[in-house]
Amino acid sequence: MARSATSPAGGRNLLLGAWERLKSWEGLLLGVLVVIVIINSLQAPAYLSIRNQTNLFQLFIEKIIVALIMTFILINGEIDLSVASVMGLAASTLGRLYELGVPIEAAFLIGLAVGIACGLLNGFMIAYAGLPSLVVTLAGMIGYRGLAYILLEDRFIGNYPEWFSRLGQQPLIGPFPLALVIFFVLLVGAIIVLQYSAFGRYVYVIGNSREVARYSGVKVRRVKMALFIVSGLVAALAGLLYAARLGSVRGSVAEGFELDIITMVLMGGVNMYGGAGSLYGVLLSILIILNLRNGMSLINLTGHVQTGVIGVLLILSVLAPNLARNIQATLNRRRMRHLAGTLSEAQESP
Amino acid sequence: MSALRRYFRPEQVRELVLVFLIIVLALFFGTQIRDYYTGRTFIRISTSVAIIVVVAMGETLVVLTRNIDISVGSIVGFTAYFVGTQLARHNDIAPLVAVLMAIGIGAAMGLLNGILVAYGKVPSILVTLGTLAIYRGILVNYSGAKTVVANSLPQWVINLSSMNIFSIGELDFRLLVGLALAVVVFFQLMLTYLPYGRRLYAIGCNPDAARVAGFPSQRIVLVAFVLCGALCGLAGFMYLARFSNITVVAAQGMEMSVLAAVVVGGVSIFGGSGTVIGALLGATMIGLLEQSLIRWLVISEFWRRALLGLLILLAVEGDAAIMNRLRKLWARSELQMAPKQENQ
Repeated sequence: MARSATSPAGGRNLLLGAWERLKSWEGLLLGVLVVIVIINSLQAPAYLSIRNQTNLFQLFIEKIIVALIMTFILINGEIDLSVASVMGLAASTLGRLYELGVPIEAAFLIGLAVGIACGLLNGFMIAYAGLPSLVVTLAGMIGYRGLAYILLEDRFIGNYPEWFSRLGQQPLIGPFPLALVIFFVLLVGAIIVLQYSAFGRYVYVIGNSREVARYSGVKVRRVKMALFIVSGLVAALAGLLYAARLGSVRGSVAEGFELDIITMVLMGGVNMYGGAGSLYGVLLSILIILNLRNGMSLINLTGHVQTGVIGVLLILSVLAPNLARNIQATLNRRRMRHLAGTLSEAQESP
Repeated sequence: MSALRRYFRPEQVRELVLVFLIIVLALFFGTQIRDYYTGRTFIRISTSVAIIVVVAMGETLVVLTRNIDISVGSIVGFTAYFVGTQLARHNDIAPLVAVLMAIGIGAAMGLLNGILVAYGKVPSILVTLGTLAIYRGILVNYSGAKTVVANSLPQWVINLSSMNIFSIGELDFRLLVGLALAVVVFFQLMLTYLPYGRRLYAIGCNPDAARVAGFPSQRIVLVAFVLCGALCGLAGFMYLARFSNITVVAAQGMEMSVLAAVVVGGVSIFGGSGTVIGALLGATMIGLLEQSLIRWLVISEFWRRALLGLLILLAVEGDAAIMNRLRKLWARSELQMAPKQENQ
């Protein structure tokens, strides 16, 4: 997987081109979203009600929260495959500690700490030991899940205090439960940090070219380290919220979530090789996946089939821009050849 | 020490360490598990290793080209289930046809992966993460929540897993194990002597140089994925023969064991380096570990996955830190040896 930093001449043109491309990609996403919503609301009249839409968000809220930080990591040119396992490990830690009689508040904090520890380990291996994030987080994905299984084996841990379960299920502010409130706070924070802060610029610069960033005095290692620690923390938080919503925990909690999360981000127009993408596109693609999953449930497709469809989307979201670029390149070449042909004819004729 | 250096390369040191570790593991489990050194244990471990190693061969080909295939578990499960249902419906299918059917379906699935990676230019991790879900989704949809049961299969499939080639004392070598060994020998020869095998290394070492040198990189990567799929198909058939009862979640998570086997066996995840023998040793170690952990009563079998993750991390970390140091040591000693030879 050779990483190629494509940087044609003309910085301003490049920026403009990227903006045009993104705009059209986001336009496409918006169109797809509208079509899906129309089809769904034809299937079920109550589809567009605020309650159903809130429910929709709530069903996938944990994945969406993690997708925010995954956007940062992919723009940075890395990948974190271990997020779902960190979610599972944090939730399992909470369950195991609660089973041992630790108060739920302390168990919650320790769950978050476990997430930070996972992020630290990932970040250290990637930023300081120099290993590719793909391998490190693949090992993490297997290993952290294994730890979750060790903690709980095949037991369910439930019966949490009432306030904890209510946290995950009952509306907190207006019709929105806590997780949704957390998501909106994080979303605003993420947009500010990524689009409007120096740190956000560093994330893009490193994603574009690690070397250039390093020679420009950006502390590449520290940025990567910070990203992976936050990724661990956010994944743990999402895992704990998931536990609160389900009301019970087992070792397989959140298994396979990484597929949805990475699909959400890549379909949002974030470049797999880093350096390009925005949270607005990701937000649109999140809405598409939510509505699509809901629509597939409406026509009674099972979970495995739904996951298969998400897999198709994941591949298409990277394949489609590639193909479009190829076709454009071929067209350009043909136009140039045609132009060259007419020019030489014009020279020969007089 | 210098004599040692002359006879062994760093990669061989790693393989020797693996052999040593496997022996230590076998001795350790021997003290922990009652009746460990029996023919039954040997059969159980060797058959398990046979299936892992066939898939690991395919994974090695793909990893050598700097790609990765994590859809192997789904391909194995799909072929096992599909061939199983076909055999259950038509009991008169000839054995050879059944095997070829398994290999063909696997190859077709590998072909899709390969086209998307080589010609669609989609990173292999994403393609196979997607097809991992897609193939499993198709299987669940196709199965209609039924399972393949041993009673419905023709007798020869069920007998296949207990067929012996030869025995040494108490140790029976099953036909499936022999099949796996044949695959290993074939791919060892292919990677060492055939131009295609050498090209796999060339592409993994330096894709740009390989392209400039005029190698048809895309086709080579495509063929690697097709071969990987075909081997998964073969492994799917072996899986069917071994277990006879196949559910829709068959071989789920197998990609983890296979990746662990390949990486622990010293096939570099950065492409371009690794041997078939290493992958065989890696698969042996993982198979031994998995099968023994199931029967070791001190810790639960849930430790299996955590250990696999840890092993992958250690192997990759070790590759980065220790192997580089070893290679430098070797290079330095060669430099020191050069002037001595001049004096003689």
